[in-house]
Amino acid sequence: MGYLWAFLVGGAICAAGQLLIDLTSLTPARILTGYVVAGVALSALGLYGPLADLAGAGASVPLLGFGHLLAQGVRQAVAQQGLLGCLTGGLQAGAAGIAASLICGVAASWLGKSRDQN
Amino acid sequence: MSSEEYGRRVRRAGPPSRLGRDCLWAFFVGGGICTAGEALRQAFLGAGADAVTAGTLTSCTLIALSAVLTALGWYQKLASRAGAGSLVPITGFANAVVSAAIEFRSEGRVTGTGAKMFTIAGPVIVYGTLASAVYGAALWAAAFFSS
Repeated sequence: MGYLWAFLVGGAICAAGQLLIDLTSLTPARILTGYVVAGVALSALGLYGPLADLAGAGASVPLLGFGHLLAQGVRQAVAQQGLLGCLTGGLQAGAAGIAASLICGVAASWLGKSRDQN
Repeated sequence: MSSEEYGRRVRRAGPPSRLGRDCLWAFFVGGGICTAGEALRQAFLGAGADAVTAGTLTSCTLIALSAVLTALGWYQKLASRAGAGSLVPITGFANAVVSAAIEFRSEGRVTGTGAKMFTIAGPVIVYGTLASAVYGAALWAAAFFSS
């Protein structure tokens, strides 16, 4: 059952992104940025937590989930450290994903061949 | 046969609209990536990781897989069909970083790979961090004034 919800919720979030691409002139960079900010906002409103409990990776793998992760991190850090937490919480929670992407990028640039990216 | 009836039959026999086809591709590919992520998450949970660690390990594993597929040139082939289905998951973020790192290597390790990796990752990190800091400040203010 968890897999079905992961598939349906993840698929629906991606289909919504496709509607944004086809019906508006938003570029991929704007959509990714918008999804992360929207994820922070949905998490702040308390809407994304229940979705993440229901759908697991279906909610955490799309970039909305990255925004949710940042918001969760900042919530925890503000509770522990006070005002300083709003500077440390977000990036601390997202650190693993960001560092993994950057390190994979550099490693791939050593190993991968340049090719048509389209 | 009336012209309306003819139009209906043409639409039924012809390919579905671009919008519908794009959305179906995005739905199934995006849903598939998320289902693969859920399988990884369950495997990490089964291996004894707590929920937060399992989520982090899932993201890192998907990022590494996406980097390999991008370096082989396969992720771009998928993306040309799947659109947002391969863009919106964390694998799409990793693809944007890794493909720029490879593509701009010829412009140098620092000003090419190092700088161009942030063309898409940069705005995501900047505005994600900004949004989380604003949220944190609001939470702090709410706690400060209610106490």
